[in-house]
Amino acid sequence: MAFLTALFAGILFGAGLMLSRMCDPQRVLAFLDVAGRWNPALAFTMGGAIIVAAPAFWYVRRRRVDLLGTVTSLPERFHVDRRLIVGSALFGLGWGLSGICPGPGLLLLTAGSVQAVVFVGAMIAGFLALRLLPRE
Amino acid sequence: MTADLWKSLGGGMLIGAGAAVLLLLNGKIAGISGIAENSVRGIFGEQAWRIAFLVGLVIPAAVFGLGTIVFADGLPVLAVSGLLVGFGTRLGSGCTSGHGVCGLANLSPRSLSATLSFMAVAAVTVFLVRHGALPWHS
Repeated sequence: MAFLTALFAGILFGAGLMLSRMCDPQRVLAFLDVAGRWNPALAFTMGGAIIVAAPAFWYVRRRRVDLLGTVTSLPERFHVDRRLIVGSALFGLGWGLSGICPGPGLLLLTAGSVQAVVFVGAMIAGFLALRLLPRE
Repeated sequence: MTADLWKSLGGGMLIGAGAAVLLLLNGKIAGISGIAENSVRGIFGEQAWRIAFLVGLVIPAAVFGLGTIVFADGLPVLAVSGLLVGFGTRLGSGCTSGHGVCGLANLSPRSLSATLSFMAVAAVTVFLVRHGALPWHS
């Protein structure tokens, strides 16, 4: 059951990345290029996603269980530290260089291009590199 | 609104629906960098939902194809970008999906801080690459 619902959620998410063309690096870069020919389309994508997901988060935040009654704790909401800001900034630097974030990177793999393999391989190396750092 | 903006909005709503389904039926956050990292580290068993989500994520692309994709730059830049994306999203505990969609939908000031940080740095980076004079500027 958990397997099927997660599969379904993934399909919805992946279809959304396709329909919004979030998987197209040039489109993402055009959104980030505020000084050039700015394309605001992805702001609609983020807005649409947040509006649809917000009621689900509101429900779980209040009830502390999901729809199946499983106890569900949401991540910490208020703690802001240097790891969060520096990590996000490094991610932004990487994202701005290629226009690819983790989800679209995985979608690009399906076309089997060497570029996608290099990006995702390096991303996985980046995941593992963090494990060399001491936890705070 | 143009057809393009409607598609962007509709795609976003599908993304939000995916995040809502994973939260309501699995009790999990649709943060792709975290799901991918844990999958790479071989956390299976009870955690098979992660693999299922990632398989589902790529099914539409695998079935319908991505169309023409133009990469921004050569392999060295993609490798540096990938390293930064992987390292940065885990140091910052989230990416566009975990902080940008789920965190903001959860009205989290922590995720708002993260989202402002990566959005601002990404925009500055694109500005420097496209309008500045970086060495590999094409």
